[in-house]
Amino acid sequence: MFPKGTKRKFSDSREEPVAGGEDVNQSNLAAVRMLSSYSLQRQSLLDMSLIKLQLCHMLVEPNLCRSVLIANTVRQIQEEMTQDGTWQIMTQALSAANAAAQCSADRLVATEVLCRQTEAAQGEQVPKPFPVVGSEGCPAEEVAEVGMTMSTVSPQAPTSYLPGTFGMDPCWEEDTGEDDDDDDEEEDSEECGSGSEGEERERDSLVEDTRTAEQVFGTFEIKNPAPSPDPALEELFSDVDASYYDLDTVLTGMQSVPKMGPYDLLESLSSHGPSPLSSSTSCRSDLNELDHIMEIIVGS
Amino acid sequence: MLNPIQVLCSDITSLSLEPEPFASYTEADIISTVEFNHTGELLATGDKGGRVVIFQSEPESHEPEFDYLKSLEIEEKINKIRWLPQQNASHFLLSTNDKTVKLWKVSERDKRPEGYNLKDEEGRMKNLSTVTSLQVPVLKPMDLMVEVSPRRVFANAHTYHVNSISVNSDHETYMSADDLRINLWHLGITNRSFNIVDIKPVNMEDLTEVITAAEFHPHHCNLLVYSSSKGTLRLCDMREAALCDKHSKLFEEPEDPSNRSFFSEIISSVSDVKFSHSGRYLLTRDYLTAKVWDLNMENKPLEIYQVHDYLRSKLCSLYENDCIFDKFECAWNGSDSVIMTGAYNNFFRMFDRNTNRDVTLEASRESSKPRAVLKPRRVCQGGKQRKDDISVDSLDFTKKILHTAWHPTENIIAIAATNNLYIFQDKLNQEMHG
Repeated sequence: MFPKGTKRKFSDSREEPVAGGEDVNQSNLAAVRMLSSYSLQRQSLLDMSLIKLQLCHMLVEPNLCRSVLIANTVRQIQEEMTQDGTWQIMTQALSAANAAAQCSADRLVATEVLCRQTEAAQGEQVPKPFPVVGSEGCPAEEVAEVGMTMSTVSPQAPTSYLPGTFGMDPCWEEDTGEDDDDDDEEEDSEECGSGSEGEERERDSLVEDTRTAEQVFGTFEIKNPAPSPDPALEELFSDVDASYYDLDTVLTGMQSVPKMGPYDLLESLSSHGPSPLSSSTSCRSDLNELDHIMEIIVGS
Repeated sequence: MLNPIQVLCSDITSLSLEPEPFASYTEADIISTVEFNHTGELLATGDKGGRVVIFQSEPESHEPEFDYLKSLEIEEKINKIRWLPQQNASHFLLSTNDKTVKLWKVSERDKRPEGYNLKDEEGRMKNLSTVTSLQVPVLKPMDLMVEVSPRRVFANAHTYHVNSISVNSDHETYMSADDLRINLWHLGITNRSFNIVDIKPVNMEDLTEVITAAEFHPHHCNLLVYSSSKGTLRLCDMREAALCDKHSKLFEEPEDPSNRSFFSEIISSVSDVKFSHSGRYLLTRDYLTAKVWDLNMENKPLEIYQVHDYLRSKLCSLYENDCIFDKFECAWNGSDSVIMTGAYNNFFRMFDRNTNRDVTLEASRESSKPRAVLKPRRVCQGGKQRKDDISVDSLDFTKKILHTAWHPTENIIAIAATNNLYIFQDKLNQEMHG
């Protein structure tokens, strides 16, 4: 693992190799590669953890210890991302996206800003299931194994939102000229050919995930917006102690990080109890609809 | 110790109804707790379906065997069983599920009164006009019958799931611990308990730590220890205050900065804590290690035993499939010279504290014919692989040994492997030494 707070030297990585300076640049490139691989892994760990938290009420045996440990892991990752600047960049991008976007159930608000390519450029939008996390399909498998009664695609939506919005490296955001390489989608995150490939991969996952999210939102548009409680599920959890649902506010307890839009999302992601968002003090009016959508997806 | 371990009773399945040896089992058959009583004569197992099965050893036989004695049904998964020290002919045990603790009396009956004046053989009231003389009822021998009857129900004291119960050395009180609270009960009083530890934060949003296990000191009835998900142990003295939120001692190992990862906290979470029989040491189990602590030294453990360090490079996958949250228990032998704990692939490990030798053994049908001697196993992590070695990547993570128990005086161990119970004994030495 890398020491906390290590800033990536992007100016170095963007330099073209020049004679005499090659060794230095190559070692910088290698460092950047390693760091971007690390940040991908960290991101995928964050996504995995958020899915676990979201699904913890679906376990056969509700396990408070497990939920607390996972929530602590999420907090640690977010603290580290805050320290190395990634978190602030993401939230800025998100708030910019939200300001620019229309909050309708049909579109993922961040799409327009963060994914520079229009849907038309992507060609025909074919709704098809994608791995939830950029290059590791495992969380999706985990979702499938749990055997949710809701649409199996649905839990992916909030998490697919996350990599899309938070996985982008700030520097790469400006680089709109890169070609998307759809083939990179399935690549193992371990393989890091070059820094630019990492960008492409993240952008791919971003594009694919936003498409997934749109598909899901679209799905929910068709279905009854308030999912009727599954009687079998209700019976199964009828004696689950309601105090477990208090855990949905665990993530809101991160006082060290300034409250902003993404935290509302995280709250809604982990919420599976009554009024998950009412305690949020920084609920922005322009995110209200999005939060509402998240609530529906999470199935509170 | 660590002499060849012999299979004593191969493969006692708690679900004794299944005729075929390899019948598939359900979730309800998974054994969730194993416990010897204080003399070692009785062995109780509980399973996820709420069944308690009690085995009894034959005292007269040269090689002790355990016979299935009794099975009783409780609701819900049984989390823990603890025997009470025996005070009369009957045995008592405490069982707990997620919410409720129950006290059971296990009694044997081998005599039956016959010859009542007012009742006939079937227990119906006699027609008084037929009674012409008085007789004294006599006790006649009958087939041994074991009765298990609920004696007390200790309910409504836990909001969160009970993970531990522990009988106090005063034989009058016991504690029950859930994720956030520990309550003290009197064995005779069911409608009242005292809360002695409460770590629930005012705001559940601030919750970052839970109680994972708790136990009373074996000799000092005022001392108890509880472990947490952050890897700390707290020794509390009930004499100091009614609410033991302030610990007397805090046992915590400083974190190794070179080994730090996002999984550090999870693997440091203590899954089980046991006092040594002497009361001088604590044995704890976290995900990768077992540690022995001296009660007089809080800043670091006395001994650290690597149970399956080869998993350290696989923590991400184990996090993904939730195995990283598995709660392994640990056990002392009677003389506190050997510690034992389970692992994956139906392996369990024993560490001799004096000789520093350790062994890995497997509890499985294939390797456990009766009277067979268990063969030590080895997990190889690359490098030279000997015959019979298992590579890390071929370990079966669905086969986990979470619950083990050691006979209080003899070298007899009980291993729960999913739905099967194995009992092994030390071949060479019946008596414990060390």
